[in-house]
Amino acid sequence: MTNTLPPWVNYVLLPAINLLVAFIVSGLVVVAVGENPFKAAWLMIDGAFGSGRGIGFTLFYATNFIFTGLSVAVAIHCGLFNIGSEGQALIGGLGVALACLWLGAYVPWWLVLPVAIVMGAGFGAAWGFLPGYLQAVRGSHVVITTIMFNFIAASLMNWLLVDWLRPAGQMGPETAVFADGGWLPKLTGLLNLFGADIRNTPLNLSFFVALICCLLVWVLIWRTRFGYSIRTMGLSPSAAKYAGIRPARTVIIAMMISGGLAGLMSLNPVMGDLHRLTLDIVQGAGFVGIAVALMGRNHPVGIVLAAILFGMLYQGGAELAFDMPTITRDMIVVIQGLVILFAGALEHMFRPQLTRFFLAMHRRGVSPEAEGAA
Amino acid sequence: MADTAAKPSAPPAIRLSGISKSFGSVRANRDIDLTVRKASIHGIVGENGAGKSTLMSILYGFYQADSGTIEVGGDKVSIPHSQAAIDLGIGMVHQHFMLVHNFTVLENIMLGAEGAALLSGGIARARAELKQIEKDYQLEVDPDALIEDLPVGLQQRVEILKALYRGADILILDEPTGVLTPAEADHLFRILQRLREEGKTVILITHKLREIMAVTDMVSVMRQGQIVDTVPTAQTSVEAIAEKMVGRRVLLRVDKKPSKPGPVKLSVRDLTVVDSRNVPMVKNVGLDIRAGEIVGIAGVAGNGQSHLIETIAGIRQPTLGSVELNGEKLDYKTLDPASLRDEGLAHVPEDRHHMGLVLPFEENENAILGYHNNPAFGNGPFLSISAIRDHARERIEQYDIRPPDCRLKTANFSGGNQQKIVLAREMERDPDVLLIGQPTRGVDVGAIEFIHRRIVEMRDAGKAILLVSVELDEIRALSDRILVMFDGKIVGERGAEATEGELGLLMAGIAQSDSEVHAVPDPAMVDIAPGQAPAETQIPGERP
Repeated sequence: MTNTLPPWVNYVLLPAINLLVAFIVSGLVVVAVGENPFKAAWLMIDGAFGSGRGIGFTLFYATNFIFTGLSVAVAIHCGLFNIGSEGQALIGGLGVALACLWLGAYVPWWLVLPVAIVMGAGFGAAWGFLPGYLQAVRGSHVVITTIMFNFIAASLMNWLLVDWLRPAGQMGPETAVFADGGWLPKLTGLLNLFGADIRNTPLNLSFFVALICCLLVWVLIWRTRFGYSIRTMGLSPSAAKYAGIRPARTVIIAMMISGGLAGLMSLNPVMGDLHRLTLDIVQGAGFVGIAVALMGRNHPVGIVLAAILFGMLYQGGAELAFDMPTITRDMIVVIQGLVILFAGALEHMFRPQLTRFFLAMHRRGVSPEAEGAA
Repeated sequence: MADTAAKPSAPPAIRLSGISKSFGSVRANRDIDLTVRKASIHGIVGENGAGKSTLMSILYGFYQADSGTIEVGGDKVSIPHSQAAIDLGIGMVHQHFMLVHNFTVLENIMLGAEGAALLSGGIARARAELKQIEKDYQLEVDPDALIEDLPVGLQQRVEILKALYRGADILILDEPTGVLTPAEADHLFRILQRLREEGKTVILITHKLREIMAVTDMVSVMRQGQIVDTVPTAQTSVEAIAEKMVGRRVLLRVDKKPSKPGPVKLSVRDLTVVDSRNVPMVKNVGLDIRAGEIVGIAGVAGNGQSHLIETIAGIRQPTLGSVELNGEKLDYKTLDPASLRDEGLAHVPEDRHHMGLVLPFEENENAILGYHNNPAFGNGPFLSISAIRDHARERIEQYDIRPPDCRLKTANFSGGNQQKIVLAREMERDPDVLLIGQPTRGVDVGAIEFIHRRIVEMRDAGKAILLVSVELDEIRALSDRILVMFDGKIVGERGAEATEGELGLLMAGIAQSDSEVHAVPDPAMVDIAPGQAPAETQIPGERP
């Protein structure tokens, strides 16, 4: 008796309708401040995709969101709501930065990168381990602990950057710029092959690391024994116990994988763009990851699409705020909020109507010989 | 069996004409015509998935029929939501009670019908009204008792009072006796007869044919979304109804040869188990199960059987006592359900929805639940999807699981087929000891026959089987020995020939047990567990 919408409705039409409604409501907001919503929409889309530079920035942001979206999704598959990707990414940045500072002057980037990946993921995983352990063994709710760990991470990084990692004579709380080995190659040349000029954008090799992570997460969740344990745990803890799946171990490891993916996000800004560690490398991507995972239905393909959408909102939004002075940066946040609201929180709003509509369609089309099937 | 009270000329309480309802390609109800006379008890029986619940949900406004008309009291009506049904005088008592556990009886009855923004006036009015209803129908319940302190039998009474308080003239009861002792069930039937005498109409949905025979005036049999027959109960028999339900003659008795018990496979000594609140649920239980025998544990749900079987299976930790499997003492500190499976202990859990299956999983994924680390299903850390699906298809074939689609979401299988998925998984691993809880709960007659036959086959293959069931018929049909559990203790052992009455009294803790004699209170008011913390043992929704 459960509803059985065809997959294309579930995964394409429904999100599209939600998105459309979000944009209509956003348009009303734009009208309210006295601007032309169509012009605003065009500025946004053109800003995000209209030029090589726009595409570069859009995909740069999307890279962050893919990592954090995967991070949130892995935890959700285990029934955990990890809202600590923000802090895990920040601590992961520390690992990446240490690898780059340590090795960057001696070896080329392609030797630094594996170390940076291991350290970034490892530091993030360690930051995910603690809430995971507290949840699994002490019963402290992971939502509470992860959000507190975000604050702890921020304070810790502040202390480290101000008192330990800041080079002598520098004012800002940030590390020295890495030597050449700590610089990931930009993707300039590659996209230029397709005729898009993305010079002067921060898009870098991390984008491919993110795509590889999508594949690995898919394999982990749907093709490994441990992924099976994670999903069982997430869907039915009592069935997991019956099956002999150790709940504490599963929860802790899932949180470490989640934290590790968040930690990897820092490759993108730290090693790929800024080439030093600062306090604001994450810029809310951990929280956007929640919306990305929600909208992408916790599936890597959906997450990539949703991440690109949010990359577009970031980049296009920035262009819009620049070209239409009446639309401030905060207004862009409102629009992003509306997308999260309709595509994420209210994602089921139109489901009953759609289900009814498709059932009616289906009934009309039911063939007489199919009637025997009960 | 009461004779027909209503005059033929009076308009029927309910007349359904041509009701059809589809869910996607599944036609849950097909062109149903049903007339329920005023002041009668009308039984609706059918296998799981026959469409009983859908039909009643249409009547109660949960679903809209695709076509057809509903008449209530001779007037054509539409029932777009359950409030409309209530306004038409239709009340429903759900299988799983919809009560707020930490509210009093009175508060639960008022819930949703408070009458005003402020409670004070409403409470006094409700109390007076409730008293009147209780008196009219002899349905005494203390209005100030907390629901969580009441035994299930009384909780059900509160549900009935709730419906009557809302002015129900037509009462739908969905599987009402699932959680009741035989004595409680009999008391419920007396209540239903009393309601009929007062002019109420009762629709009883059940899969227990005994109840249909005991209490209904008319019975409608549903099969595959259609009503295949409606007859006066007096003019039919259990066998005839059962045959109509499945469309062929079924074996209600299990054909089995006498058991040939071998060596002891499972031995439990002085086992004590406490629950999360430190209340002892299993007290000093000892039992032996030999190869080639089925030992049944009879008892009303909540008297420790679940804790016993889950402890042996490694899901709960024992507090005291020991368990030996194949002569070796099990150390539950280091063993978990997965390693116990490797030792040859299989477990069909009582609650397939919460334990035995992950409902959102595809069928093939559930077919390896608990065995997902088995080398047969992949290499190293990876799972082999083709191996898993081939395995699932094989089981589907062997156990005739329908529909035969291993990619279908498990939630979309009927109860009987879901149970077959679990049984196939646990039985085909060739265990030495098989723990089976409620093998046929919510399972249709056709599947029951199949499942019973498989269990006997396992026995004949030399397996030691511990069977827990609240269905006395099932215990008696399958077991070679019967142990009765009451209040965490084994209060008696009987042979397979024990009568239902004898076991029923033991189950209620009021008959002479092997060691002690209780005073015999009024069976109707003994709601299962006299004295012993009823709130603890009888919360129906309690999950471990």
